[in-house]
Amino acid sequence: MSLMNVLARAEAVAAGRAVPAATVRHRRIAERPLVLVPLTTAGEAGAPLGAMVGTDRAEPTLLVVPQPLDRELRFAFFAGLAAAVLPVVDAYADEVETEPATKNREEVEVCADAPQIVVPNSAALDYVRLLGRSTRYLRTVEDPDAPHPVPVPVPLLGRWLTHYAERARTPGSSLLVAMTELLTRHWATGQSAMEDQHLGALLGWIDPPDGLDGGSAAARAQTGRGPDGLLLSPPAGPATDPVFDNRVLAPALERYDAARSAGATGPMRVAEADVRRLVASQLRPTWDDVWHGVDLLRALPEGAHVEERWKRDRWSFTGHRDRLRAGEPPQPRRDDAVTAAQKLAGRETAQARLYAQEALDDPLVMAARRLAGEAFTGTVLSVEMTWSEGRRPMPRPLLTLTTPDLPQADPATRAYRALPGAKSAQTAEVVSLTPAPGVPAQRGAGGAPAEGPSAAGGGPAAADVPPAAGPAPAAEPQSGPLWQVVVRLTGGMGTGKTPREGSVPEPGDRVTFTLFAHDQRGGPALPEAEATPWTHGGPPQARETAVPEAPDTATAEDFL
Amino acid sequence: MTQGLDPAAPADPFDPGAEAAAATSAILASTLRGTARGVVVDSPPGAGKSTLVVRAARELAASGEQLMIVAQTNAQVDDLADRLATADPELPVGRLHGTDSPPDPVLDRHAQVAKSTSVADLRDRAVVIATAAKWAYVKDVEPWRHAIVDEAYQMRSDALLQVAGLFERALFVGDPGQLDPFSVVGAEQWAGLSWDPSASAVVTLLAHNPGLPQHRLPVSWRLPASAAPLVSRAFYPYTPFRSGTGHGDRRLAFGVPGDGSGPDRVLDEAAESGWGLLELPARHTPRTDPEAVRAVAAVVRRLLDRGGVTYSERGPQPAPLTADRIAVGTAHRDQAAAVRTALAAAGVPAGPGGVAVDTANRLQGREFDVTVVLHPLSGRPDATAFHLETGRLCVLTSRHRHACIVVCRAGVPELLDEHPSSEPVRLGVTVKFPDGWEANHAVLAHLAEHRVPWRP
Repeated sequence: MSLMNVLARAEAVAAGRAVPAATVRHRRIAERPLVLVPLTTAGEAGAPLGAMVGTDRAEPTLLVVPQPLDRELRFAFFAGLAAAVLPVVDAYADEVETEPATKNREEVEVCADAPQIVVPNSAALDYVRLLGRSTRYLRTVEDPDAPHPVPVPVPLLGRWLTHYAERARTPGSSLLVAMTELLTRHWATGQSAMEDQHLGALLGWIDPPDGLDGGSAAARAQTGRGPDGLLLSPPAGPATDPVFDNRVLAPALERYDAARSAGATGPMRVAEADVRRLVASQLRPTWDDVWHGVDLLRALPEGAHVEERWKRDRWSFTGHRDRLRAGEPPQPRRDDAVTAAQKLAGRETAQARLYAQEALDDPLVMAARRLAGEAFTGTVLSVEMTWSEGRRPMPRPLLTLTTPDLPQADPATRAYRALPGAKSAQTAEVVSLTPAPGVPAQRGAGGAPAEGPSAAGGGPAAADVPPAAGPAPAAEPQSGPLWQVVVRLTGGMGTGKTPREGSVPEPGDRVTFTLFAHDQRGGPALPEAEATPWTHGGPPQARETAVPEAPDTATAEDFL
Repeated sequence: MTQGLDPAAPADPFDPGAEAAAATSAILASTLRGTARGVVVDSPPGAGKSTLVVRAARELAASGEQLMIVAQTNAQVDDLADRLATADPELPVGRLHGTDSPPDPVLDRHAQVAKSTSVADLRDRAVVIATAAKWAYVKDVEPWRHAIVDEAYQMRSDALLQVAGLFERALFVGDPGQLDPFSVVGAEQWAGLSWDPSASAVVTLLAHNPGLPQHRLPVSWRLPASAAPLVSRAFYPYTPFRSGTGHGDRRLAFGVPGDGSGPDRVLDEAAESGWGLLELPARHTPRTDPEAVRAVAAVVRRLLDRGGVTYSERGPQPAPLTADRIAVGTAHRDQAAAVRTALAAAGVPAGPGGVAVDTANRLQGREFDVTVVLHPLSGRPDATAFHLETGRLCVLTSRHRHACIVVCRAGVPELLDEHPSSEPVRLGVTVKFPDGWEANHAVLAHLAEHRVPWRP
């Protein structure tokens, strides 16, 4: 947790309300997100109890399993979920844009938009992964040998859910998002990160109802119970409240079982309707909470780089669509060595990209980077033109800046500056870092700003960073210039002997340099899976033919 | 566990030189004449790993083989190339480097070291050396018969995947007790897979090739007799090693007597026993705890001001303890930056040529006379897996030839008791011993005997 975040949480406690942790929205919120709130059965891994799903907040589709241990009913639930999700996915599959050819690839099509799935919390996101894992290999009614066939679209649903859950591991992606993660990214509350996992409590801090402050609203959401002993704000799932399970749900399930084994159709319908009503009562508050969160997030302006990251999500969606159309088999249970390394490398690149882009999009994030010495904002004192040596001298202007930030940079460290209108960042290198003459460099030994947390006038969230003010907010309270940094610009000035117009700042300009790169190059290519070296067990194919993987052994539980 | 390990015991027949030589010749035999595709060498801190790599490279080259060497950082590569060229001025060495990272100019003094960004220019060299990251870009070449992978425990499995196609057989050398490689994104989904890309290269290698010969170097030449037993017991419980020097071989003394202040008293304690714990009052602090940072700076300042001299087995004359023989180790980069600022305020040069102030990750593989450590758990309200990591503490407490001084707030043993390791146990993952919790307790229990409480 960064010092800024600690401070923001302390401010939230003092104010009795969450404080903004971002000035822009760093994730995409689709125009028509598909909200999915799943519930699971206590004590039975992978046995759904019900779900609320849909793109219309007023009319969710309610799916309930009246007896979660019954396989047929569970399969019916999967079929219902497929009927709710797959049409939404299909609606996006055919609307495409054409991506022009580049040096490395031919002209291709990419889906113009992609469906977004929003779940309440990260546990629900993991549950989506589990649902995908448990359904993508199921054998359908089209397979005459299947002992327990499922309706045709169920494995397809499993493959989409698996793809979405896998994509959600990529930092900055928005295909499948958990509302608690979105909200904690954009607000800091006065409770612990663990408590922030409770959607109701989190919303209590961010947008408390009239007459309550954040702390009491959160407490009510976490522990408040009505006269019937049930939680006022049921857990956002997938786990249910044990009191609900024991006192209300279990008797209802028993009534259903009794009616069913007695073959009494009428009482069975009544009992089933009871279970549906009960499960809906647990789902509906969370459903409303998720949409409440969507509204809160929509109120924030979208960050400048979100569109670019969303495009990568569209690529991901298109890629999976193409794999399905090409008739490829479902995703394997485990990644092979090369796939795992590829995924990890891709996610590390995405993480570095997200880290840079969030700072460039949001002065509040940049402030945290500056405080950590990974960026500095200062005023240009002077510009001295110099040129590189060699046959074609290139401009290498020396900028002297004064800054209240203390960058953690040794001489020759690379620095980067966002150039308006330019595709890539301007490169530079730090030449020297000295206390500014005349002003003693008085810093806390901690590298924290000398003014300390309390004197900055409203803290990180308030006065000193006007919302969406661009990377270099002009009106920033300062206790005086403290450090003098000399940087040499080494790029982004065109190819001529004189720098391109506007590419070199002028004295008096406020500029921000970061010590982290703004865009990420992918690393070197990995070997083909067939060329997996001996250190990693050799090619997967050879391994499989040598020792075919044994299927999981059937246990007594499989036939319950 | 440490029975019979006291090197001061008079009737001890242990001859460190002979033991080390026997281990080295067994390793060379496996490498030069063995049939296994890989040989793994575990080396405790300061056990002559680089010397072994240089020797193995020379012997392989002498037998007419061409070989490639993989190291992890450019600094390690430059250092190895320099050692190789110095040890054998006739050996044609190729230094493969990236366009953005030119080699250290120190290599310019060796005419036999050819430098290039393209491996095609270096294919005729007996030894070609580069970082794993650079090797990963080398494609479509005839594989080398032999490779040496240095710091293999700090190399990630996916990095080995990228380069393993370049060689037929390899000698993997590294220190299992140091920091494990890490990833900035979660890799739990592959935990337990033998090819988990975020695991250490050696773990993957041994999972797929369980029969490979494994050797270990038994003697630490760096750690003094006061430190080796503790480091061995706390961090290498099942593969003990010993110090190459005895008690009395190394001595730290000061020209100026102590003034009774906390820093001076802890210096005297460390000069006497090899260890010192400067304990500040218990308090929860931000990471860059200003008091602790100032205390670290004060200790370093006094180390220099009091005219420290070191006596060692290297010669009868004492050597002055200069700034470049001192290191300050921290857990986080911002802590290192804070210490550098505090040292600058105290007039102590930090950085190249001065006191080295860096994180455990960056101090790995380096050696100093005296180290001052800001304890990773000092002032913390919690003990996370990062701060408990065994390798972090091991690196910080095993860089010194003479003495190690730890600066810490009181209350860390209680903090540890409140935070037992809570990392999930994953199927198929080899449990690494000891865990950080236990190692931290072992080190703290030892440091408690050398405790100097101080209220700044």
